[in-house]
Amino acid sequence: MDSNGSDGSVAAAGGRTALRSTADRAWKIVVVGGFGAGKTTMVGSVSEIRPLTTEEVMTRAGVGIDDRSAVAQKRSTTVAFDFGRITLSEESVLYLFGAPGQQRFWFLWDRLFRGALGAVVLVDPRRLADSWYAIDRLEQHGLPFVVARNNFGDPAHTLDQVREALDLAPGVPLLDCDARDRESSKQVLIGLVRHLTELAVAAAPAVDPAADPTADLENAP
Amino acid sequence: MSRPPRQHRAEEGPDRLYTVTRGRSRAATDAFDVVTLIVAEQAPVPGMQSEHAQILRLCESPTAVVEVAAELRLPISVVKILLGDLLEAGQITARHPRFVPQAALPDLDTLKQVLHGLERL
Ligand SMILES: Nc1nc2c(ncn2[C@@H]2O[C@H](COP(=O)(O)OP(=O)(O)OP(=O)(O)O)[C@@H](O)[C@H]2O)c(=O)[nH]1
Ligand SMILES: [Mg+2]
Repeated sequence: MDSNGSDGSVAAAGGRTALRSTADRAWKIVVVGGFGAGKTTMVGSVSEIRPLTTEEVMTRAGVGIDDRSAVAQKRSTTVAFDFGRITLSEESVLYLFGAPGQQRFWFLWDRLFRGALGAVVLVDPRRLADSWYAIDRLEQHGLPFVVARNNFGDPAHTLDQVREALDLAPGVPLLDCDARDRESSKQVLIGLVRHLTELAVAAAPAVDPAADPTADLENAP
Repeated sequence: MSRPPRQHRAEEGPDRLYTVTRGRSRAATDAFDVVTLIVAEQAPVPGMQSEHAQILRLCESPTAVVEVAAELRLPISVVKILLGDLLEAGQITARHPRFVPQAALPDLDTLKQVLHGLERL
């Protein structure tokens, strides 16, 4: 939570694993959730590098006018977030960002995560309300997401009850996961990409590349 | 090539960020995303600002802007300013991410690539 990297999560120089020289395409996926929902854990369990912490400076202009906390008293403040990385192929690499879902940080995420493929909302089942704000914002922005209920012991509710409490649209996938487990976290990401694929297929009109103004750009060598 | 005027040493304390960026608070261009991959086009040269030199060494292989920031322990916005200097001087190149336009979906090709990559993990 602290932004000075004193938890040692910043890799020592020389300890880093470099990307391949052929890497030329980066994608990003955002993991949002309330305090302690398991964001850092999830990023770390699928990342090929130790999750790193970095920070962004948020100026007063960027702080929501609704914010009455200490943040608003200072001219600027620093917000820390974690990230990890997954090499997908010789050319492409996926970055995962772990971001706190609170209202006062959202201005920053809007900027940082522009262009993301989609998002995972990680939910601590004991604190469902912590994820309401993130879900609202993702819906507003039209950034597709899946919701993953993290495993903090035997859940007190069924997934249907969780779906109702979160007021999820029927199409939004809701899965169980254990952020500590690499395979489980990987399945959440796969679930997100499958969901994105379904949405993209449903949205695609006919298979006519000429009708897609971006087709030329996408297919350019 | 002469030593640039008013070469500052990075100092500790609240003025450090100001010093590192020589007083600039905003990148001149919107040239970088957090996942833009940076590649050094030359080795550091003597007299170069130390952060610039560090970036050139780090980016011998492609390195995302966020990774540069984490390694240098500097905020992203500060790193973008430093990268802007290097880009302008032709000392780095930037491999840009393929953005998904706001409120649009990734294309199926992209999704297939990402899915295959994840399934192979
Ligand atoms: N039982 C259980 N504990 C978990 C799981 N995931 C994370 N934790 C624990 O929950 C605590 C918080 O996890 P973090 O990954 O730090 O959560 P976070 O969302 O990054 O927290 P903040 O960054 O502080 O908001 C840690 O003690 C984790 O070990 C999980 O799947 N099951
Ligand atoms: Mg965390």
